[in-house]
Amino acid sequence: MSKSNASPNSPVLTNGSGSAAILAAGIGSFVLAVFACASDKSVAVRNTFVFYKPTGALSGVTTTAIVVWLLAWGILEGRWRNKTVAAGRIVAVAFALLGLSLLLTFPPVVDLF
Amino acid sequence: MEITARALWTLVHGMGFGALYLLACSGALVELYRFTSSSPSPESSAGQQRFLKIYLLSMVVLAWAAVLTGAYVVYPWYRAVPPSGTKDLAMFPQRLLMAGPTTIGWHSLGMEWKEHVAWFVPISITMVAFVFIKYGRDLKNHRQLRIAVLGFAAASFVCAGIAGFCGAMINKYAPVQGGHTIQLSHGEEK
Repeated sequence: MSKSNASPNSPVLTNGSGSAAILAAGIGSFVLAVFACASDKSVAVRNTFVFYKPTGALSGVTTTAIVVWLLAWGILEGRWRNKTVAAGRIVAVAFALLGLSLLLTFPPVVDLF
Repeated sequence: MEITARALWTLVHGMGFGALYLLACSGALVELYRFTSSSPSPESSAGQQRFLKIYLLSMVVLAWAAVLTGAYVVYPWYRAVPPSGTKDLAMFPQRLLMAGPTTIGWHSLGMEWKEHVAWFVPISITMVAFVFIKYGRDLKNHRQLRIAVLGFAAASFVCAGIAGFCGAMINKYAPVQGGHTIQLSHGEEK
């Protein structure tokens, strides 16, 4: 946890750690949506994602997305933990990824591909 | 009065974890906004901050419990494949929904949407809880982080609402049934 010389109204912590968590959440959501879309469109992908037969491809789609999310979080946290980063841009990207994720998991949109 | 084991698990998943999460969401949104945007008042103590941290952690547990029981306990019963020639599809909810032109949408739209959109909930709320626990009242000084925390918390609320609505409707038209019967109480003759 890094601390700067703060005045009463200035941040105590750098924004890197929070930005890493936020961007990783966007990445994790987006990867999940892309994998879900891919497994819906391709039988080969769907079969690859069957990690637990009773749950079908959903097991692999979600497990892999969670692994990617946690890896992305870990990597970003390692790089940004003690830094001040361009949080505005990072948050905008995270929201864009979340918005795309919501679109890509909506079945009528998936059917367009 | 009795309930089947599968119906009980569906109840635990939907009403126990899912609905409780939805109920908690509105409180979390209000408290997060209040806590991170207003000036600290004398009564906003460290105890209140600790309470909100525990509240958010409880939501994280509820969200993960809801998706994990949904995907690994209830969903396999939902998508069970009937033996060929099966006429009564009551024990095979997915096939029951797909068999009717007026109900197929609850699978092709409702379940297909729900099974994926629900996973954004634990991802989002885990991030929200982490950022709040890490920054606490200092979030007030990080406008962009605060906006992201509130935005993702609101998104988790919407996603949980979609999943909850679709789940409730699917269970109305094709309830998950079966397993051993649990006797809740013995009715009295009138």
